[in-house]
Amino acid sequence: MARIFAYIVHKNGAVDDTAIELKAAANKIDAAATVTAIVAGWGTELDAVCTVLSASYSEIWKVANEAIAYPNAELVRKALLKILPKGSILLVPHAHFGVDLSPGLSVKLDAAYVSDVVGIEGTEGVFLKLVRQEFGGQVSTHVRCDLSAGAVINIRPSAFKPLQSEPAGGRIVDKSGEIGELTSRRRFLETIVAESEDVDISKLPVLVSIGRGIQEKDNVAIAQELADAMGAALSCSRPVVDAKWMPKSRQVGSSGKTVKPKVYLACGISGSFQHLVGIKGNPFIVAINKNPKAPIFQVADVGIIADMLEFLPELTNKIREVSAVHA
Amino acid sequence: MEILACVKRVPDTSENGIELDSTAGDIQRDDLVYSVNEPDNYAVEEALQIVGRVGGNVTVVTVGSEEDEEVLRREMAMGANQGVLLFDEAFSGSDAKGIATILKAFVQKGHYDLILTGVQAEDGGAQVGGMLAALLDYPFASLVNSIEILEGGKLKISREIEGGTKEINEIDLPCVLSIQTGINEPRYVGMRGIRQVASVNIPTFGGADLGVDATAVGASAAKVKREDYFVPTLGKGAEILQGSREEIVEKLVTLLKDKGGLK
Repeated sequence: MARIFAYIVHKNGAVDDTAIELKAAANKIDAAATVTAIVAGWGTELDAVCTVLSASYSEIWKVANEAIAYPNAELVRKALLKILPKGSILLVPHAHFGVDLSPGLSVKLDAAYVSDVVGIEGTEGVFLKLVRQEFGGQVSTHVRCDLSAGAVINIRPSAFKPLQSEPAGGRIVDKSGEIGELTSRRRFLETIVAESEDVDISKLPVLVSIGRGIQEKDNVAIAQELADAMGAALSCSRPVVDAKWMPKSRQVGSSGKTVKPKVYLACGISGSFQHLVGIKGNPFIVAINKNPKAPIFQVADVGIIADMLEFLPELTNKIREVSAVHA
Repeated sequence: MEILACVKRVPDTSENGIELDSTAGDIQRDDLVYSVNEPDNYAVEEALQIVGRVGGNVTVVTVGSEEDEEVLRREMAMGANQGVLLFDEAFSGSDAKGIATILKAFVQKGHYDLILTGVQAEDGGAQVGGMLAALLDYPFASLVNSIEILEGGKLKISREIEGGTKEINEIDLPCVLSIQTGINEPRYVGMRGIRQVASVNIPTFGGADLGVDATAVGASAAKVKREDYFVPTLGKGAEILQGSREEIVEKLVTLLKDKGGLK
């Protein structure tokens, strides 16, 4: 069995949640494997990250280089090419850095690449059987990956539950001397944090959230009326923002906001993984969608199979009626 | 600026749900409506806007078969100057690396300053752009949500990272960028626009034309293979409210009241 490595994402000296998830994923590939964490960065932040990791990984390869104080995928790729043994399996979190790094890295390693893996079913000879999703999570697929020349495997965040394990007492191995000078044709300049807007959906207890099912801009008013009647705020999924029907500050999901409401009414939202990861705190989820196969019905508490554009006005009227009786 | 936009024809899931064909281990494809992968429209629109500002040409390319010409024509109706189909029996069954290998051979036949892809295919995994860049040894950036042309063969780009934060980078040309949705508003294409390009010749190149090594593409070279499709079960599943519309509305109002969803 090839050696397994986990690429650790970190920020401001804090280890990303995916660090221990990758270890759980590696365990599904080979339960007997010793998994080595690779962590690249610079300065005291990097040292802090290595110390934290030594509790969960038995071996940590540290790659310190000032050029990757901010993780530039092209530079990290060059560093990894210097240190990864031939035929290794490298696990990387499938988020904005992994999407930047892994496809190109796999080419340079002449290894296989599998993107956005949600399940691992084990090996059969030189093949690894994995689970992916397609069409926004409507269907899953089994994928067979040839490990004979190694593989880069991107693992979906939150898809693997961390294992309970003994403190690892990890050994930190400094690989920095093997890297050499790093230069890139892409240079990081700065990050710009999104501006906050009128309503902060991350703090509100009741959200009426709309997706592609809203169909056109004028229909947003239908959902706003329901939100008003409920005393809720309006949020949305990515396609609504892409169409410029609602501002970015109202978007729930991996590229938008993380919300923690008590009640979440998902209207015309199919329920892609990118949307669902933005909903935390185990709210009561109501899904209204005309497609009974929409993935949102698998995570919702209550489902209504209906066209939201017909259903919402009826719901609004009923709520107004009930409120009037109590007023 | 000479820009190449790589596009793909995929089943359009906004119009119809995906059904399994359990005997074939595939999805039922007969009744599906196909269209261009939606994120690819943002890549083509961005290419057109750049050329509108600084001049040049936009070429759209796809790896596929005759059926895929329709998506090239659609992008030409948007304004792309030329569409190119890369087709060969030997390409069939290629994995993402195989597709990137075919595209690389095409890129090297011409001269492109900038190569754009959509952020991800509906039936894919955001793979080909980064692989193509590595094969060409060009710089690459994913999730790009703004592009500014700088002097001296460089771009200033923004990447969309977590929580809507923007990561600003400078990148040298030629390069490959994967374009995030929402970067622009892709222009509307009407029936008239489609008709205008309906009879335009679409050049087709095969493996021999491109000088593609037949052992590097197709099913036999694929290290990654999809074996089947199945329907996932995520949670316990929602309780679907039954009854007349009026009954459903009433049940839901009661539930919302109990859960603190009404003021």
